[in-house]
Amino acid sequence: MNSLEHLFRREAGRMVATLTRILGVAHVELAEDAVHDALCRALETWKIHGVPDDPAAWLMTAAKNRALDVLRRERIASTFAPEVASRIESEAAFRARLEELSAGALIADDQLRIMFSCCNPHLTEESQLALILNILCGFGVSEIANAFLSRDETVKKRLTRAKALLASSKRLFDLTDVDFAERLSSVQRALYLLFSEGFHGSSTEEAVRTELCQEAMRLTALLCANVLTATPASFALGALMSLHAARLPSRLDAAGEFTQLLDQDRSRWDARLLHEGQRLLEASAAGDELTAYHLEAAIASLHAGARDAASTPWQAIVSLYDVLMRVRPSPVVALNRALAVAMDEGPDRGLDELRAIEDRARLSSYPFYSAAFGELELRAGRAATAHERFSDALALARNPTERRFLERRLAACGPDGEQGPSKT
Amino acid sequence: MAQFAFLYRGGEPHPQSPVLMQQRMEKWMAWFKDLTDKGHIKDRGVPLDRSGAVVTRGSKHNVTDGPYAEKDLVLGLTVVEARDLAHASELSLRCPIFEQGGCVEVRPILTL
Repeated sequence: MNSLEHLFRREAGRMVATLTRILGVAHVELAEDAVHDALCRALETWKIHGVPDDPAAWLMTAAKNRALDVLRRERIASTFAPEVASRIESEAAFRARLEELSAGALIADDQLRIMFSCCNPHLTEESQLALILNILCGFGVSEIANAFLSRDETVKKRLTRAKALLASSKRLFDLTDVDFAERLSSVQRALYLLFSEGFHGSSTEEAVRTELCQEAMRLTALLCANVLTATPASFALGALMSLHAARLPSRLDAAGEFTQLLDQDRSRWDARLLHEGQRLLEASAAGDELTAYHLEAAIASLHAGARDAASTPWQAIVSLYDVLMRVRPSPVVALNRALAVAMDEGPDRGLDELRAIEDRARLSSYPFYSAAFGELELRAGRAATAHERFSDALALARNPTERRFLERRLAACGPDGEQGPSKT
Repeated sequence: MAQFAFLYRGGEPHPQSPVLMQQRMEKWMAWFKDLTDKGHIKDRGVPLDRSGAVVTRGSKHNVTDGPYAEKDLVLGLTVVEARDLAHASELSLRCPIFEQGGCVEVRPILTL
Protein backbone atom coordinates (compact mmCIF):
# COMPACT_ATOMS: atom_id res chain seq x y z
CA MET A 1 0.00 0.00 0.00
CA ASN A 2 1.15 3.52 -0.62
CA SER A 3 -0.26 7.01 -0.34
CA LEU A 4 -0.77 7.26 -4.11
CA GLU A 5 -3.07 4.27 -4.29
CA HIS A 6 -5.24 4.49 -7.43
CA LEU A 7 -4.42 8.22 -7.73
CA PHE A 8 -3.93 8.26 -11.52
CA ARG A 9 -6.87 5.99 -12.22
CA ARG A 10 -9.27 7.85 -9.94
CA GLU A 11 -8.25 11.30 -11.09
CA ALA A 12 -8.36 10.25 -14.75
CA GLY A 13 -12.02 9.33 -14.28
CA ARG A 14 -12.86 12.59 -12.56
CA MET A 15 -11.01 14.74 -15.05
CA VAL A 16 -12.51 13.07 -18.13
CA ALA A 17 -15.98 13.59 -16.66
CA THR A 18 -15.38 17.27 -15.99
CA LEU A 19 -13.68 18.02 -19.29
CA THR A 20 -16.36 16.15 -21.24
CA ARG A 21 -18.97 18.25 -19.54
CA ILE A 22 -17.09 21.43 -20.48
CA LEU A 23 -16.14 20.44 -24.02
CA GLY A 24 -19.35 18.65 -24.88
CA VAL A 25 -19.94 14.92 -25.14
CA ALA A 26 -19.03 14.94 -28.86
CA HIS A 27 -15.48 15.67 -27.76
CA VAL A 28 -15.06 12.92 -25.21
CA GLU A 29 -11.96 11.77 -27.11
CA LEU A 30 -10.40 15.22 -26.81
CA ALA A 31 -11.10 15.15 -23.08
CA GLU A 32 -9.42 11.76 -22.84
CA ASP A 33 -6.38 12.98 -24.79
CA ALA A 34 -6.03 16.05 -22.60
CA VAL A 35 -6.20 13.86 -19.50
CA HIS A 36 -3.69 11.37 -20.88
CA ASP A 37 -1.34 14.22 -21.63
CA ALA A 38 -1.76 15.63 -18.13
CA LEU A 39 -0.89 12.23 -16.68
CA CYS A 40 2.19 12.03 -18.93
CA ARG A 41 3.32 15.41 -17.65
CA ALA A 42 2.71 14.37 -14.08
CA LEU A 43 4.71 11.20 -14.61
CA GLU A 44 7.69 13.03 -16.09
CA THR A 45 7.67 15.84 -13.55
CA TRP A 46 6.78 13.97 -10.38
CA LYS A 47 9.22 11.16 -10.97
CA ILE A 48 11.99 13.73 -10.58
CA HIS A 49 10.54 16.38 -8.29
CA GLY A 50 8.19 14.23 -6.24
CA VAL A 51 4.41 14.40 -5.89
CA PRO A 52 3.01 17.90 -5.22
CA ASP A 53 0.94 18.70 -2.11
CA ASP A 54 -2.34 18.69 -4.01
CA PRO A 55 -1.83 16.20 -6.84
CA ALA A 56 -5.50 16.30 -7.91
CA ALA A 57 -5.42 20.08 -8.41
CA TRP A 58 -2.08 19.84 -10.23
CA LEU A 59 -3.49 17.25 -12.62
CA MET A 60 -6.71 19.17 -13.24
CA THR A 61 -4.77 22.34 -14.06
CA ALA A 62 -2.52 20.42 -16.43
CA ALA A 63 -5.49 18.78 -18.15
CA LYS A 64 -7.29 22.11 -18.53
CA ASN A 65 -4.19 23.70 -20.01
CA ARG A 66 -3.92 20.87 -22.50
CA ALA A 67 -7.56 21.27 -23.49
CA LEU A 68 -6.98 25.01 -23.97
CA ASP A 69 -3.91 24.32 -26.12
CA VAL A 70 -5.93 22.10 -28.39
CA LEU A 71 -8.78 24.60 -28.59
CA ARG A 72 -6.40 27.37 -29.48
CA ARG A 73 -4.64 25.28 -32.09
CA GLU A 74 -7.62 23.80 -33.80
CA ARG A 75 -10.10 26.62 -33.30
CA ILE A 76 -12.92 24.18 -32.96
CA ALA A 77 -14.62 26.09 -30.20
CA SER A 78 -17.54 27.06 -32.42
CA THR A 79 -18.55 23.45 -33.02
CA PHE A 80 -18.75 22.79 -29.30
CA ALA A 81 -21.81 22.03 -27.27
CA PRO A 82 -24.17 25.03 -27.45
CA GLU A 83 -24.14 25.62 -23.71
CA VAL A 84 -20.37 26.05 -23.81
CA ALA A 85 -19.94 27.68 -27.22
CA SER A 86 -21.73 30.87 -26.23
CA ARG A 87 -19.29 31.33 -23.38
CA ILE A 88 -16.12 30.75 -25.31
CA GLU A 89 -15.88 34.23 -26.72
CA SER A 90 -12.45 34.79 -25.42
CA GLU A 91 -9.88 32.60 -23.82
CA ALA A 92 -10.28 34.49 -20.56
CA ALA A 93 -14.00 33.82 -20.52
CA PHE A 94 -13.41 30.17 -21.29
CA ARG A 95 -10.85 29.91 -18.52
CA ALA A 96 -13.32 31.44 -16.07
CA ARG A 97 -15.93 28.97 -17.21
CA LEU A 98 -13.47 26.11 -16.70
CA GLU A 99 -12.79 27.24 -13.16
CA GLU A 100 -16.48 27.54 -12.41
CA LEU A 101 -17.36 24.12 -13.80
CA SER A 102 -14.49 22.27 -12.21
CA ALA A 103 -15.32 23.47 -8.72
CA GLY A 104 -15.81 20.70 -6.17
CA ALA A 105 -19.54 20.14 -6.01
CA LEU A 106 -19.94 20.11 -9.76
CA ILE A 107 -17.39 17.36 -10.28
CA ALA A 108 -19.75 14.87 -8.65
CA ASP A 109 -22.52 16.18 -10.88
CA ASP A 110 -20.36 15.72 -13.99
CA GLN A 111 -19.69 12.13 -13.05
CA LEU A 112 -23.40 11.46 -12.58
CA ARG A 113 -24.23 12.89 -15.98
CA ILE A 114 -21.50 10.82 -17.65
CA MET A 115 -22.77 7.76 -15.81
CA PHE A 116 -26.28 8.36 -17.13
CA SER A 117 -24.90 8.97 -20.63
CA CYS A 118 -22.95 5.71 -20.52
CA CYS A 119 -26.11 3.76 -19.68
CA ASN A 120 -27.59 4.45 -23.08
CA PRO A 121 -30.35 1.93 -23.89
CA HIS A 122 -28.78 1.36 -27.31
CA LEU A 123 -25.75 -0.15 -25.62
CA THR A 124 -25.60 -3.67 -24.22
CA GLU A 125 -25.04 -3.94 -20.49
CA GLU A 126 -21.53 -5.21 -21.20
CA SER A 127 -20.76 -2.10 -23.20
CA GLN A 128 -22.26 0.16 -20.54
CA LEU A 129 -20.02 -1.41 -17.91
CA ALA A 130 -16.93 -1.20 -20.12
CA LEU A 131 -17.66 2.46 -20.80
CA ILE A 132 -18.19 3.30 -17.12
CA LEU A 133 -14.98 1.53 -16.14
CA ASN A 134 -12.99 3.20 -18.91
CA ILE A 135 -14.30 6.76 -18.72
CA LEU A 136 -15.35 7.15 -15.09
CA CYS A 137 -13.00 4.79 -13.33
CA GLY A 138 -9.87 5.16 -15.49
CA PHE A 139 -9.53 1.42 -16.25
CA GLY A 140 -7.40 0.66 -19.31
CA VAL A 141 -8.42 -1.85 -21.99
CA SER A 142 -6.37 -4.72 -20.54
CA GLU A 143 -7.68 -4.07 -17.05
CA ILE A 144 -11.28 -4.27 -18.26
CA ALA A 145 -10.51 -7.41 -20.25
CA ASN A 146 -8.90 -8.89 -17.15
CA ALA A 147 -11.92 -8.08 -15.00
CA PHE A 148 -14.42 -9.70 -17.36
CA LEU A 149 -12.18 -12.46 -18.69
CA SER A 150 -12.49 -11.07 -22.21
CA ARG A 151 -9.85 -10.51 -24.82
CA ASP A 152 -8.20 -7.09 -25.16
CA GLU A 153 -9.30 -6.90 -28.78
CA THR A 154 -12.94 -7.54 -27.86
CA VAL A 155 -12.94 -4.86 -25.19
CA LYS A 156 -11.22 -2.39 -27.49
CA LYS A 157 -13.86 -2.87 -30.19
CA ARG A 158 -16.66 -2.66 -27.66
CA LEU A 159 -15.29 0.63 -26.31
CA THR A 160 -14.75 2.13 -29.75
CA ARG A 161 -18.33 1.42 -30.76
CA ALA A 162 -19.72 2.61 -27.45
CA LYS A 163 -17.74 5.85 -27.55
CA ALA A 164 -18.87 6.54 -31.10
CA LEU A 165 -22.46 6.26 -29.92
CA LEU A 166 -21.73 8.41 -26.88
CA ALA A 167 -20.07 11.09 -29.01
CA SER A 168 -23.02 11.12 -31.42
CA SER A 169 -25.33 12.46 -28.74
CA LYS A 170 -25.78 16.20 -28.79
CA ARG A 171 -25.13 16.65 -25.12
CA LEU A 172 -24.66 14.82 -21.88
CA PHE A 173 -27.69 13.25 -20.29
CA ASP A 174 -29.45 15.77 -18.09
CA LEU A 175 -30.98 14.66 -14.80
CA THR A 176 -34.10 16.66 -15.68
CA ASP A 177 -34.71 14.77 -18.95
CA VAL A 178 -38.09 13.08 -19.42
CA ASP A 179 -36.71 9.55 -19.48
CA PHE A 180 -34.81 10.19 -16.25
CA ALA A 181 -36.60 7.53 -14.20
CA GLU A 182 -36.04 4.82 -16.81
CA ARG A 183 -32.38 5.77 -17.21
CA LEU A 184 -31.91 5.81 -13.43
CA SER A 185 -32.94 2.18 -13.22
CA SER A 186 -30.44 1.32 -16.00
CA VAL A 187 -27.73 3.10 -14.04
CA GLN A 188 -28.65 1.22 -10.87
CA ARG A 189 -28.66 -2.05 -12.79
CA ALA A 190 -25.22 -1.31 -14.29
CA LEU A 191 -23.75 -0.50 -10.88
CA TYR A 192 -25.35 -3.64 -9.44
CA LEU A 193 -23.74 -5.73 -12.21
CA LEU A 194 -20.42 -4.01 -11.67
CA PHE A 195 -20.53 -4.87 -7.99
CA SER A 196 -21.62 -8.46 -8.69
CA GLU A 197 -18.78 -8.90 -11.15
CA GLY A 198 -16.43 -7.90 -8.37
CA PHE A 199 -18.15 -9.96 -5.68
CA HIS A 200 -19.06 -13.18 -7.50
CA GLY A 201 -17.18 -12.71 -10.73
CA SER A 202 -14.72 -14.90 -12.46
CA SER A 203 -11.61 -12.73 -12.49
CA THR A 204 -8.72 -14.61 -10.98
CA GLU A 205 -7.24 -11.62 -9.23
CA GLU A 206 -8.68 -10.77 -5.86
CA ALA A 207 -7.28 -7.22 -6.12
CA VAL A 208 -9.14 -6.62 -9.38
CA ARG A 209 -12.39 -7.85 -7.89
CA THR A 210 -12.02 -5.68 -4.81
CA GLU A 211 -11.46 -2.66 -7.04
CA LEU A 212 -14.63 -3.39 -9.01
CA CYS A 213 -16.59 -3.52 -5.76
CA GLN A 214 -15.02 -0.28 -4.56
CA GLU A 215 -15.77 1.53 -7.82
CA ALA A 216 -19.38 0.33 -7.82
CA MET A 217 -19.73 1.61 -4.24
CA ARG A 218 -18.09 4.94 -5.02
CA LEU A 219 -20.44 5.57 -7.95
CA THR A 220 -23.48 4.40 -5.96
CA ALA A 221 -22.49 6.87 -3.24
CA LEU A 222 -22.73 9.61 -5.88
CA LEU A 223 -26.30 8.49 -6.62
CA CYS A 224 -27.14 8.61 -2.93
CA ALA A 225 -25.64 12.09 -2.54
CA ASN A 226 -27.67 13.83 -5.24
CA VAL A 227 -31.20 14.90 -4.45
CA LEU A 228 -32.55 13.75 -7.82
CA THR A 229 -30.94 10.32 -7.81
CA ALA A 230 -31.18 9.51 -4.10
CA THR A 231 -34.29 7.34 -4.45
CA PRO A 232 -35.19 4.51 -2.07
CA ALA A 233 -33.88 2.05 -4.68
CA SER A 234 -30.51 3.85 -4.78
CA PHE A 235 -30.26 3.62 -1.00
CA ALA A 236 -31.21 -0.06 -1.12
CA LEU A 237 -28.52 -0.64 -3.75
CA GLY A 238 -25.98 1.13 -1.57
CA ALA A 239 -27.13 -0.92 1.43
CA LEU A 240 -26.74 -4.27 -0.29
CA MET A 241 -23.28 -3.33 -1.55
CA SER A 242 -22.09 -2.19 1.89
CA LEU A 243 -23.51 -5.25 3.63
CA HIS A 244 -21.92 -7.61 1.13
CA ALA A 245 -18.63 -5.73 0.98
CA ALA A 246 -18.42 -5.96 4.77
CA ARG A 247 -17.91 -9.70 4.31
CA LEU A 248 -15.08 -9.34 1.79
CA PRO A 249 -12.28 -9.51 4.40
CA SER A 250 -13.47 -12.92 5.60
CA ARG A 251 -14.16 -14.39 2.19
CA LEU A 252 -10.57 -15.54 1.97
CA ASP A 253 -9.05 -17.37 4.91
CA ALA A 254 -5.52 -16.89 6.28
CA ALA A 255 -4.13 -19.03 3.46
CA GLY A 256 -5.92 -16.90 0.86
CA GLU A 257 -8.47 -19.62 0.12
CA PHE A 258 -12.15 -19.01 -0.57
CA THR A 259 -14.43 -19.56 2.43
CA GLN A 260 -18.19 -19.93 2.12
CA LEU A 261 -20.54 -17.72 4.11
CA LEU A 262 -21.46 -20.38 6.67
CA ASP A 263 -17.83 -20.98 7.57
CA GLN A 264 -16.65 -17.38 7.63
CA ASP A 265 -15.02 -15.83 10.67
CA ARG A 266 -17.68 -13.20 11.36
CA SER A 267 -15.42 -11.23 13.68
CA ARG A 268 -13.55 -10.19 10.54
CA TRP A 269 -16.61 -8.59 8.95
CA ASP A 270 -16.09 -4.85 8.51
CA ALA A 271 -18.09 -3.14 11.28
CA ARG A 272 -18.02 0.28 9.62
CA LEU A 273 -19.50 -1.09 6.38
CA LEU A 274 -22.11 -3.10 8.28
CA HIS A 275 -23.14 0.06 10.06
CA GLU A 276 -23.24 2.03 6.83
CA GLY A 277 -25.28 -0.74 5.20
CA GLN A 278 -27.86 -0.68 7.99
CA ARG A 279 -28.09 3.11 7.78
CA LEU A 280 -28.71 2.96 4.02
CA LEU A 281 -31.21 0.15 4.45
CA GLU A 282 -33.20 2.32 6.86
CA ALA A 283 -33.02 5.22 4.41
CA SER A 284 -34.35 2.92 1.68
CA ALA A 285 -37.52 2.18 3.63
CA ALA A 286 -39.56 4.95 2.04
CA GLY A 287 -42.06 5.12 -0.76
CA ASP A 288 -44.09 2.17 -1.96
CA GLU A 289 -41.68 0.52 -4.35
CA LEU A 290 -40.13 -2.76 -3.23
CA THR A 291 -37.16 -3.47 -5.48
CA ALA A 292 -34.92 -6.50 -5.77
CA TYR A 293 -32.22 -4.32 -4.18
CA HIS A 294 -34.40 -3.86 -1.08
CA LEU A 295 -34.86 -7.60 -0.80
CA GLU A 296 -31.22 -8.50 -1.36
CA ALA A 297 -30.18 -5.86 1.16
CA ALA A 298 -32.68 -7.18 3.69
CA ILE A 299 -31.35 -10.73 3.28
CA ALA A 300 -27.76 -9.52 3.66
CA SER A 301 -28.81 -7.58 6.73
CA LEU A 302 -30.25 -10.69 8.40
CA HIS A 303 -26.97 -12.52 7.78
CA ALA A 304 -25.06 -9.54 9.12
CA GLY A 305 -27.13 -9.45 12.31
CA ALA A 306 -26.62 -13.13 13.15
CA ARG A 307 -23.72 -14.36 15.29
CA ASP A 308 -23.37 -17.59 13.33
CA ALA A 309 -25.20 -19.89 10.91
CA ALA A 310 -27.19 -21.56 13.70
CA SER A 311 -28.70 -18.33 15.00
CA THR A 312 -29.53 -16.99 11.53
CA PRO A 313 -33.30 -16.50 11.00
CA TRP A 314 -33.48 -18.88 8.03
CA GLN A 315 -37.25 -18.87 7.82
CA ALA A 316 -37.33 -15.09 7.41
CA ILE A 317 -34.60 -15.37 4.78
CA VAL A 318 -36.61 -17.95 2.84
CA SER A 319 -39.63 -15.61 2.94
CA LEU A 320 -37.54 -12.77 1.52
CA TYR A 321 -36.28 -15.07 -1.24
CA ASP A 322 -39.91 -15.97 -2.01
CA VAL A 323 -40.69 -12.30 -2.61
CA LEU A 324 -37.45 -11.83 -4.55
CA MET A 325 -38.49 -14.71 -6.83
CA ARG A 326 -41.65 -12.76 -7.63
CA VAL A 327 -39.90 -9.40 -8.10
CA ARG A 328 -36.90 -10.61 -10.09
CA PRO A 329 -36.91 -14.36 -10.65
CA SER A 330 -33.65 -15.97 -11.69
CA PRO A 331 -32.16 -19.45 -11.37
CA VAL A 332 -29.36 -18.08 -9.16
CA VAL A 333 -31.90 -16.56 -6.75
CA ALA A 334 -33.75 -19.90 -6.74
CA LEU A 335 -30.47 -21.66 -5.95
CA ASN A 336 -29.79 -19.39 -2.98
CA ARG A 337 -33.36 -19.84 -1.83
CA ALA A 338 -32.95 -23.64 -1.93
CA LEU A 339 -29.86 -23.37 0.27
CA ALA A 340 -31.78 -21.26 2.80
CA VAL A 341 -34.63 -23.81 2.77
CA ALA A 342 -32.06 -26.52 3.50
CA MET A 343 -30.86 -24.58 6.55
CA ASP A 344 -34.42 -24.13 7.74
CA GLU A 345 -35.98 -27.51 6.97
CA GLY A 346 -33.05 -29.86 6.42
CA PRO A 347 -30.88 -30.91 3.47
CA ASP A 348 -33.43 -33.19 1.81
CA ARG A 349 -35.98 -30.38 1.52
CA GLY A 350 -33.21 -28.21 0.06
CA LEU A 351 -32.40 -30.92 -2.50
CA ASP A 352 -36.06 -31.04 -3.53
CA GLU A 353 -35.97 -27.30 -4.11
CA LEU A 354 -32.73 -27.54 -6.11
CA ARG A 355 -34.26 -30.18 -8.38
CA ALA A 356 -37.39 -28.06 -8.81
CA ILE A 357 -35.61 -24.93 -10.08
CA GLU A 358 -37.26 -23.81 -13.28
CA ASP A 359 -34.88 -23.12 -16.15
CA ARG A 360 -32.14 -24.90 -14.19
CA ALA A 361 -30.60 -25.58 -17.60
CA ARG A 362 -29.19 -22.08 -17.36
CA LEU A 363 -27.17 -23.19 -14.35
CA SER A 364 -25.62 -26.14 -16.18
CA SER A 365 -22.20 -24.50 -16.49
CA TYR A 366 -22.33 -22.79 -13.08
CA PRO A 367 -20.03 -24.75 -10.73
CA PHE A 368 -21.95 -23.74 -7.62
CA TYR A 369 -25.15 -25.44 -8.80
CA SER A 370 -23.51 -28.87 -8.73
CA ALA A 371 -21.61 -27.83 -5.61
CA ALA A 372 -24.90 -27.02 -3.84
CA PHE A 373 -26.09 -30.58 -4.49
CA GLY A 374 -22.75 -31.86 -3.18
CA GLU A 375 -23.05 -29.74 -0.04
CA LEU A 376 -26.56 -30.91 0.79
CA GLU A 377 -25.89 -34.58 -0.06
CA LEU A 378 -22.90 -34.41 2.25
CA ARG A 379 -24.99 -32.89 5.02
CA ALA A 380 -27.58 -35.64 4.48
CA GLY A 381 -24.81 -38.18 5.07
CA ARG A 382 -24.57 -39.47 1.48
CA ALA A 383 -20.86 -38.90 0.97
CA ALA A 384 -20.57 -40.97 -2.22
CA THR A 385 -23.27 -38.96 -4.02
CA ALA A 386 -21.78 -35.75 -2.67
CA HIS A 387 -18.41 -36.79 -4.06
CA GLU A 388 -19.92 -37.23 -7.53
CA ARG A 389 -21.61 -33.85 -7.38
CA PHE A 390 -18.46 -32.04 -6.25
CA SER A 391 -16.54 -33.78 -9.06
CA ASP A 392 -19.07 -32.39 -11.55
CA ALA A 393 -18.61 -28.93 -10.01
CA LEU A 394 -14.82 -29.19 -10.13
CA ALA A 395 -14.96 -29.87 -13.86
CA LEU A 396 -16.75 -26.51 -14.26
CA ALA A 397 -14.44 -24.42 -12.04
CA ARG A 398 -13.58 -21.10 -13.72
CA ASN A 399 -10.38 -20.19 -11.90
CA PRO A 400 -7.75 -21.66 -9.56
CA THR A 401 -9.45 -20.26 -6.43
CA GLU A 402 -12.72 -22.02 -7.28
CA ARG A 403 -10.81 -25.16 -8.19
CA ARG A 404 -8.96 -25.30 -4.88
CA PHE A 405 -12.16 -24.60 -2.95
CA LEU A 406 -14.00 -27.43 -4.70
CA GLU A 407 -11.05 -29.79 -4.24
CA ARG A 408 -11.24 -29.16 -0.51
CA ARG A 409 -14.99 -29.85 -0.52
CA LEU A 410 -14.28 -33.02 -2.46
CA ALA A 411 -11.71 -34.04 0.14
CA ALA A 412 -14.32 -33.46 2.87
CA CYS A 413 -16.32 -36.31 1.33
CA GLY A 414 -13.53 -38.71 2.28
CA PRO A 415 -11.63 -41.04 -0.10
CA ASP A 416 -13.97 -41.75 -3.03
CA GLY A 417 -16.82 -40.59 -0.87
CA GLU A 418 -16.46 -43.64 1.41
CA GLN A 419 -16.67 -41.70 4.65
CA GLY A 420 -17.22 -38.03 5.16
CA PRO A 421 -15.80 -36.25 8.18
CA SER A 422 -18.52 -34.04 9.60
CA LYS A 423 -18.40 -30.47 8.39
CA THR A 424 -17.37 -27.86 10.93
CA MET B 1 33.78 12.26 -5.61
CA ALA B 2 33.23 13.37 -9.18
CA GLN B 3 30.04 14.63 -10.76
CA PHE B 4 28.27 13.05 -13.70
CA ALA B 5 25.23 13.93 -15.77
CA PHE B 6 22.69 11.20 -16.45
CA LEU B 7 21.00 12.00 -19.75
CA TYR B 8 17.83 9.98 -20.20
CA ARG B 9 17.40 9.07 -23.83
CA GLY B 10 14.48 7.67 -25.76
CA GLY B 11 12.18 4.89 -24.66
CA GLU B 12 8.71 4.00 -25.77
CA PRO B 13 5.81 6.43 -25.16
CA HIS B 14 3.82 6.03 -21.96
CA PRO B 15 1.03 3.43 -21.84
CA GLN B 16 -2.61 4.54 -22.14
CA SER B 17 -3.68 2.94 -18.88
CA PRO B 18 -3.48 5.32 -15.88
CA VAL B 19 -2.67 2.35 -13.64
CA LEU B 20 0.35 1.37 -15.73
CA MET B 21 1.47 5.00 -15.91
CA GLN B 22 1.37 5.31 -12.17
CA GLN B 23 3.33 2.07 -11.81
CA ARG B 24 5.96 3.45 -14.16
CA MET B 25 6.21 6.67 -12.16
CA GLU B 26 6.50 4.80 -8.88
CA LYS B 27 9.43 2.79 -10.23
CA TRP B 28 11.25 6.00 -11.08
CA MET B 29 10.47 7.49 -7.69
CA ALA B 30 11.78 4.38 -5.95
CA TRP B 31 14.98 4.54 -8.00
CA PHE B 32 15.45 8.23 -7.19
CA LYS B 33 14.77 7.62 -3.53
CA ASP B 34 17.42 4.91 -3.45
CA LEU B 35 20.00 7.20 -5.06
CA THR B 36 19.02 10.05 -2.73
CA ASP B 37 19.23 7.87 0.38
CA LYS B 38 22.73 6.80 -0.65
CA GLY B 39 23.76 10.42 -1.15
CA HIS B 40 24.38 10.23 -4.88
CA ILE B 41 22.00 12.95 -6.05
CA LYS B 42 23.72 16.30 -6.54
CA ASP B 43 20.90 17.91 -8.52
CA ARG B 44 17.61 16.21 -9.32
CA GLY B 45 17.68 18.02 -12.63
CA VAL B 46 14.80 18.64 -15.00
CA PRO B 47 12.40 16.67 -17.19
CA LEU B 48 12.19 17.67 -20.85
CA ASP B 49 9.19 17.68 -23.16
CA ARG B 50 9.23 15.41 -26.17
CA SER B 51 8.59 18.34 -28.50
CA GLY B 52 11.01 21.14 -29.39
CA ALA B 53 13.30 22.18 -32.20
CA VAL B 54 16.82 21.51 -33.34
CA VAL B 55 18.19 24.69 -34.85
CA THR B 56 21.12 24.86 -37.22
CA ARG B 57 22.12 27.98 -39.05
CA GLY B 58 19.60 28.60 -41.74
CA SER B 59 17.28 25.77 -40.85
CA LYS B 60 15.20 24.42 -38.02
CA HIS B 61 13.84 20.92 -37.45
CA ASN B 62 10.98 20.24 -35.16
CA VAL B 63 12.06 17.43 -32.91
CA THR B 64 8.87 15.41 -33.01
CA ASP B 65 8.65 15.28 -36.78
CA GLY B 66 12.24 14.41 -37.39
CA PRO B 67 14.76 13.98 -38.72
CA TYR B 68 15.79 13.09 -35.16
CA ALA B 69 14.39 9.71 -34.25
CA GLU B 70 12.53 9.36 -30.97
CA LYS B 71 15.21 7.03 -29.68
CA ASP B 72 17.69 9.87 -29.68
CA LEU B 73 15.55 12.30 -27.74
CA VAL B 74 16.96 13.51 -24.45
CA LEU B 75 14.01 13.43 -22.05
CA GLY B 76 15.67 14.72 -18.91
CA LEU B 77 18.87 14.96 -16.96
CA THR B 78 20.13 14.50 -13.40
CA VAL B 79 23.47 15.29 -11.78
CA VAL B 80 24.89 12.51 -9.61
CA GLU B 81 28.03 12.10 -7.55
CA ALA B 82 30.13 8.98 -7.98
CA ARG B 83 33.72 7.84 -7.58
CA ASP B 84 34.41 7.46 -11.30
CA LEU B 85 32.75 6.72 -14.60
CA ALA B 86 32.53 3.02 -13.86
CA HIS B 87 30.79 3.69 -10.54
CA ALA B 88 28.41 6.22 -12.13
CA SER B 89 27.56 3.78 -14.90
CA GLU B 90 26.85 1.11 -12.36
CA LEU B 91 24.48 3.48 -10.52
CA SER B 92 22.56 4.08 -13.74
CA LEU B 93 21.97 0.38 -14.34
CA ARG B 94 18.85 0.16 -12.27
CA CYS B 95 17.20 3.14 -13.94
CA PRO B 96 13.63 2.19 -15.00
CA ILE B 97 14.25 3.70 -18.45
CA PHE B 98 15.82 0.40 -19.50
CA GLU B 99 12.44 -1.32 -19.04
CA GLN B 100 10.97 1.24 -21.44
CA GLY B 101 13.52 0.55 -24.15
CA GLY B 102 15.52 3.72 -23.52
CA CYS B 103 19.03 4.26 -22.24
CA VAL B 104 21.08 6.44 -19.92
CA GLU B 105 24.01 8.42 -21.25
CA VAL B 106 26.54 8.95 -18.44
CA ARG B 107 28.80 11.98 -18.96
CA PRO B 108 31.44 13.36 -16.62
CA ILE B 109 30.88 17.00 -15.75
CA LEU B 110 33.96 19.07 -16.54
CA THR B 111 35.65 20.67 -13.58
CA LEU B 112 38.96 22.41 -12.91
